[in-house]
Amino acid sequence: MASSASAKAPLVQRLAPWALPVTLLLIWQLSVSAGWLSTRILPAPSAVLSAGWDLLSSGDIWQHLAISGWRAGIGFAIGGGLGLLLGFITGLSKWGERLLDSSVQMVRNVPHLALIPLVILWFGIDEAAKIFLVALGTLFPIYLNTYHGIRNIDAGLVEMARSYGLSGFSLFWQVILPGALPSILVGVRFALGFMWLTLIVAETISASSGIGYLAMNAREFLQTDVVVLAILLYAVLGKLADVAARSLERLWLRWHPAYQAKGASA
Amino acid sequence: MSLHSLKQGIPLAIEGLYKAFGSRQVLKDIQLQIPTGQFVAVVGRSGCGKSTLLRLLAGLDQASQGQLLAGMVPLDSVREDTRLMFQDARLLPWKRVIDNVGLGLTGNWKPKAQEALAAVGLADRAQEWPAALSGGQKQRVALARALIHEPRLLLLDEPLGALDALTRIEMQQLIENLWQKHGFTVLLVTHDVSEAVAVADRVILIEDGQVGLDLAVDLPRPRHRGSAQLAALEAKVLDRVLGLQPEPAPEPKWEEVLAPVRERRTAT
Repeated sequence: MASSASAKAPLVQRLAPWALPVTLLLIWQLSVSAGWLSTRILPAPSAVLSAGWDLLSSGDIWQHLAISGWRAGIGFAIGGGLGLLLGFITGLSKWGERLLDSSVQMVRNVPHLALIPLVILWFGIDEAAKIFLVALGTLFPIYLNTYHGIRNIDAGLVEMARSYGLSGFSLFWQVILPGALPSILVGVRFALGFMWLTLIVAETISASSGIGYLAMNAREFLQTDVVVLAILLYAVLGKLADVAARSLERLWLRWHPAYQAKGASA
Repeated sequence: MSLHSLKQGIPLAIEGLYKAFGSRQVLKDIQLQIPTGQFVAVVGRSGCGKSTLLRLLAGLDQASQGQLLAGMVPLDSVREDTRLMFQDARLLPWKRVIDNVGLGLTGNWKPKAQEALAAVGLADRAQEWPAALSGGQKQRVALARALIHEPRLLLLDEPLGALDALTRIEMQQLIENLWQKHGFTVLLVTHDVSEAVAVADRVILIEDGQVGLDLAVDLPRPRHRGSAQLAALEAKVLDRVLGLQPEPAPEPKWEEVLAPVRERRTAT
């Protein structure tokens, strides 16, 4: 009796989060087909789907996706790498903290999108401008959380590790890095959000390719369905990035009770 | 190499040891000679300096003045033979139990770590994360981690303080057995006087940074917990502690320690 109930419950539980979006989609489709909603304001989901299919079959969409993904990836790698490095420097050395932290905190408080006019002056509307902006947007969340993570490592564990002969790189690799990792991964998830946000803004303002360009171009030709498609693509990409970050957490934080599969602890 | 092929314990000589934190003198002129393989318990009120003494011996803090010798050589030169067990187990939560035991070791240490875990009765938990262990089991892993280095001097900083009464007695017996087998020198800091007289060869009371009492516990092992001789020794130490300060101690921690003793006394 108990087993049949527990077998049924997960299916209902798994479907439950989809109930609201599916219902909304149905209402949306219905109100467009019934003519309550102008296709100029919002095209029917089916129209968005067919616009997607057209772009898919012509291959255009892959080109735009690839260029957007490339910009996001390169920018994230540069910004995240620098953030991690700076975080290690300020977290691990007193002098690094004294020299760098207050400056970084100052720059951090400038909204990086406010730099767009300056960035366009520096780099034009080239690839470099978008990559620079993405790097800037992802640097600070990772920096802050790396620094914070290292600072909050249990001093008792470091003392213990030292008394067991660990020092230098082995202390860093076996104690400090894993201890800071939960915090660093929080930074990565924040940074991934900033990565897409920055890219959307940058591509919308000035681009000749990419998903932002796809949307802006479609706006000029009043192709509402393509605009909505571009927005959906961003949503999907954001979700994918989040899923990737979550699986990193599950892989690297297996030891952490909060990330262990439910039921395994019992 | 097995855990049984152990070297001899370290004979410890503490000469004129002073330690000050700022203007506060924590240890004043401590003089102690501890022969090879002796099991010494250090007791005292909280804040008396007993943990500071242990941290100096472990090399975690530096003495203001005085010498710490291992036989004829400075204790610092045999740091590798000294291991410290903390009040909290301090296991690295991101390493599996067996990797915690092998911390700081190189080469083929796995069989040895497995053996050390077996010695503390946790051979079957080797692949688990520390988060899955109970408090007593974590301390056992910490003990295995200390023993794998074949220490000649084992320093224990109230390692059983946070455990429940039964687990505590089990751990005391485990430490006693391993000590008898391996013959290292043990310095156990504890606030529990009954624990001190039950396991140690010698009980040292630290008062105001000085050695207040140096009492030999000359009873055969295994000792029967709750025996009249142990109770008499325990009373002797407690009388000394309480005699110094006739008013009831203000610290609740100390009260907790005394409560069971008082009960036992009024009962008999």
